[in-house]
Amino acid sequence: MQKITRDLLLKKACELLDAGTVNRVYGWQKGQFDYDVTPALFTTKEELEESFVYNDFCGANFSLYLVKEAVKEGKVLVFLKPCDTYSFNQLLTEHRFDREKVYAVGIPCDGMADIRLIEEKVGEGITGVDTDEDSLIVHTLYDGDVKLNRDEYLAERCRVCKSKKHVAYDELIGEDGEVTDSARFDEVAKIEAMTPDERFAFWQNELSRCIRCNACRDVCPACTCEKCVFGNPKSGVENKAASDSFEEKMFHIIRAFHVAGRCTDCGECSRVCPQHIPLHLLNRKFIKDINAFYGEYQAGETVGSRAPLVDYTEGDMEPGEAVASVDERGGSNA
Amino acid sequence: MQVNENFKPLIVAFCCNWCSYAGADLAGNNRLNYPAEVKIIRVPCSCRVNPMFILRAFQRGADGVILCGCHPGDCHYTSGNYYTRRRMSLLFSMLDYLGIERERTRVEWVSAAEGAKFAATMNDFVAQVTALGENKRLEDLRCKK
Amino acid sequence: MQRIGVFVCWCGTNIAGTVDVKKVAEALASEPGVVFSADYQYMCSQAGQDMIRDAVKEHKLTGIVVCSCSPRMHEATFRKTAAAAGLNPYMVEIANIREQCSWVHKDMPIGTEKAIILGKAAVAKVNLNTPLIPGQTPVTKRALVIGGGIAGIQTALDIADAGFPVDIVEKLPTIGGKMAQLDKTFPTLDCAACILTPKMVDAGQNENIRIFSYSEIEEVGGFVGNFTVKIKKKARYVKEDICTGCGLCTEKCPQKKVPNEFNLGMDNRRAVYIPFAQAVPKVATIDPNYCTMLKTGKCGVCAKVCTAGAIDYTQKDEVFTEKYGAIVAATGYNPISMDKFDEFAYNQSKDVITSLEFERLTNAAGPTAGKLLRPSDGEHPHTIVFVQCVGSRCSHDAEKGKEYCSKICCMYTAKHAMLVRDKYPDTEVYVFYIDVRTPGKAFDEFYRRAVEEYGVHYVKGMVGKITPEGGKLKVMASDLLADKQLKIDADLVVLAAAIEPDKSARPLATMLTASMDTNDFFTEAHPKLRPVESPTAGVFLSGTCQGPKDIPETVSQASAAAAKVIGLLCKDKLTGNPCVAASNELMCNGCSSCEKVCPYGAITYMDKEFRMPDRTTKVRRVAMVNEAVCQGCGCCTVACPSGAMDLKGFANEQIMAEVDAICK
Repeated sequence: MQKITRDLLLKKACELLDAGTVNRVYGWQKGQFDYDVTPALFTTKEELEESFVYNDFCGANFSLYLVKEAVKEGKVLVFLKPCDTYSFNQLLTEHRFDREKVYAVGIPCDGMADIRLIEEKVGEGITGVDTDEDSLIVHTLYDGDVKLNRDEYLAERCRVCKSKKHVAYDELIGEDGEVTDSARFDEVAKIEAMTPDERFAFWQNELSRCIRCNACRDVCPACTCEKCVFGNPKSGVENKAASDSFEEKMFHIIRAFHVAGRCTDCGECSRVCPQHIPLHLLNRKFIKDINAFYGEYQAGETVGSRAPLVDYTEGDMEPGEAVASVDERGGSNA
Repeated sequence: MQVNENFKPLIVAFCCNWCSYAGADLAGNNRLNYPAEVKIIRVPCSCRVNPMFILRAFQRGADGVILCGCHPGDCHYTSGNYYTRRRMSLLFSMLDYLGIERERTRVEWVSAAEGAKFAATMNDFVAQVTALGENKRLEDLRCKK
Repeated sequence: MQRIGVFVCWCGTNIAGTVDVKKVAEALASEPGVVFSADYQYMCSQAGQDMIRDAVKEHKLTGIVVCSCSPRMHEATFRKTAAAAGLNPYMVEIANIREQCSWVHKDMPIGTEKAIILGKAAVAKVNLNTPLIPGQTPVTKRALVIGGGIAGIQTALDIADAGFPVDIVEKLPTIGGKMAQLDKTFPTLDCAACILTPKMVDAGQNENIRIFSYSEIEEVGGFVGNFTVKIKKKARYVKEDICTGCGLCTEKCPQKKVPNEFNLGMDNRRAVYIPFAQAVPKVATIDPNYCTMLKTGKCGVCAKVCTAGAIDYTQKDEVFTEKYGAIVAATGYNPISMDKFDEFAYNQSKDVITSLEFERLTNAAGPTAGKLLRPSDGEHPHTIVFVQCVGSRCSHDAEKGKEYCSKICCMYTAKHAMLVRDKYPDTEVYVFYIDVRTPGKAFDEFYRRAVEEYGVHYVKGMVGKITPEGGKLKVMASDLLADKQLKIDADLVVLAAAIEPDKSARPLATMLTASMDTNDFFTEAHPKLRPVESPTAGVFLSGTCQGPKDIPETVSQASAAAAKVIGLLCKDKLTGNPCVAASNELMCNGCSSCEKVCPYGAITYMDKEFRMPDRTTKVRRVAMVNEAVCQGCGCCTVACPSGAMDLKGFANEQIMAEVDAICK
């Protein structure tokens, strides 16, 4: 696979700006350290030269920003990793932005590193992280350089990557990959196999940490509502801060339900959660159930596909059967 | 599990106007008894029931929620209950995944002619929820008396 | 804040026997918004309604809660009462404390407690009610009848007679349908053509009726009062307005080997043809599958002989759009295919025929000019076996046939048997049946005449197998009453094939968004009380497309459908149901989820310009609900993630208020 480097992307961005194909660029901006990368909009080559970055921490899914960005004058350049393109298509399916106003450059991806895992391993004081073939070289204040096996420190969503194939782009850098046979539902199956008491305890423990910062909602490319029901006094469920365990659950169940069938499993919710709640396990539960109940469905695989919750067949399972069928697939109600 | 002999569950039943609500009326016409713990809310179609209503009922202290609609294929609005079936399959499976007792939720198809089925369903559901006891896993303590 | 009046009905002892109504009225008096609370013996009586009206005036009520019987019973009554008192009728809510409380609970304290809770829920809802005003839409005063059989003709004639224009769309070159193929009709034995063809002529000449024959429905849009229909007029290669129907072309056409579908393939017609002598419109049609000119470009005989110059080989299918206020489905039926019924040797012997083929064989205009002759050798049959229920009343797990009774077979078989015995007394006639079902005016008498006066042998039992052998048909059957096996050497076997809806009905139902049962019969809005209306407003049902029917029943249903259509077309404006979905465009994402689940296609999108807080403008795609099309199921409200879509009369807030009141 062609190694994607900052210089390669920078060159492409400058080219497209020069040619007038686009008048601005969505890219990653470096922060204080290599690993605190934030999405940013660049309008000039100088800005790009100054702070554009591409490294192992560029996980942010830019599709989301197109809802706000692709209504302005001129085209915007956006770099999309394979998983991002699914969100891109899903948003197109939902008419959330104007395809004509976007120039999408697909970039191959061999996974993004998770700084939290690295921190857990090497502790505080990380000043930078470099990649060397299959290794991560972590520069630290106190322990010098630490060499880690890159594969082990990838984000969870990258370790169980569902696809290295781009489903949308105007131009592709390098070669496209394939849809991969991932083990992404294993964790869900583990939880399903727990007893109801264990499941309750597991989620109580996870969800009770929620501080309702709304980061999961704000970063989610499926949660692009003009106004969220949880912020709308007329909705009857408005709450800005969960005050007890019910409301934590309420928020997360409803959020997951609202994106059910539309969630592409991009994993951004879990990436940004400051409390490290495995929110993707809620979304993946819905995806796993949808696949089992109604046949395999990958949101965003094609533009215009009909999401499972706005579709039906006359022979669909009954809700009672559906819930019971989880046991047959290794779940438990003991 | 401790069973409180005097425990009376609170059951919210959402009934579609055309079949199940009429089925409940027929149960009344035929004087078929079922527990008074069942409180019916009339909706035009089972597909009107938003998962938020169900969670809200649990939040406010309901011990069981049952959704009744026309039999698949008989929806007054042609296809409403087909969507209900998918939505509730996924929602109930999710509640189960979160460790909330699956016996607290149910979808039942009751036609306007099935007064007896309505009463029998309610008797059965109330018994099932009574056996589980109070809803503690999906309750909002502030909403309790 | 609302000013709510609560009215608790005793319903005699129906409610008051199990519910302490005074206590309910007292308890509800202190609910938020309630300014008046009372009880009365019969709220639905004139005195009870007066009480509500007076209270509205006296206490300046803005909302009403009636704790009484089911809203399915008296919601309309109390809405009218509210309207008479000057309130918006949708400010009324009913707490069902009879069917769902006093009648199902025995214990007074329990019943009373539940009644209070149900009352509280209704009060909580009324507190959030808003006056609703039904939308009005104009009505296009023209009806469309799909299918030109006796059902469609009768419906069209009745509508036209009331003064409304009506179009008949018939897929075949002529109207007339199955009835035109019949010989005599039971129980009076008058000839079908004699009573049908005058009606066909009436339809053809009526200035309010347009007949689009050889035409099909392509697309249906719109809604009750305002349908837009695309109709495809298939090319018949004959200019309809010029053809005089002289029939010269049909005599001169050299292509003679075309199976004549009007005689069920028992003889041949030409490639250019008029289905039968009394066809309406009486216009020739060229069959493109057989016409040498159309297929090879060589021939042109018909054009040469046509003195009117009506032949046009270049004609193309033509699609045009018409607007209608009401649509009547009258797509009729067909006998089922006999292919799966090998035991009756239908495909092995020409002398095993269906009852409809038998009609043609005995019809004076049929292939044998009315002489009953065996199709195989043209001999007169001396023993005829009629087999009933072929494909009717099959068990649900059978691999062939229909579960339902086709209803008409018992009577027409009695007719056939009687006619045979009448014309050819030397013929032995056997009828094998499961049951003989002849309810209907003068029907059973008719059947008994066949048995008693005409000596038809009715045998209870089914035919097991028919084997063609030596010019005869060996019929193996059982006689259940005599408990013995019968072997009959028959010359002709007539199968009473089950009937099924025409194949065009299913795609039509999809276009009309009208529902069908598993047998592809159209579903009526209510099986007893609204038998000629489809659940889709503005779509009506006429004839066998709704279920098996004989001619008298078909005609009465056709006229009933016409009456419903006339009732609709009489109105200048239609008042809709105000409990419809509405989208809050400020919250709408334009994602199309709601549109996808809407069974009525009531939701469309538009790009709308919004002024932003920073004074810029932004164009967003937002959903719009056509209130005349929306039926108020609320499916869209749940599909909408942002909650922009809500249902008037059953709003999210209102339902949640009910939940809260019940769970408090």
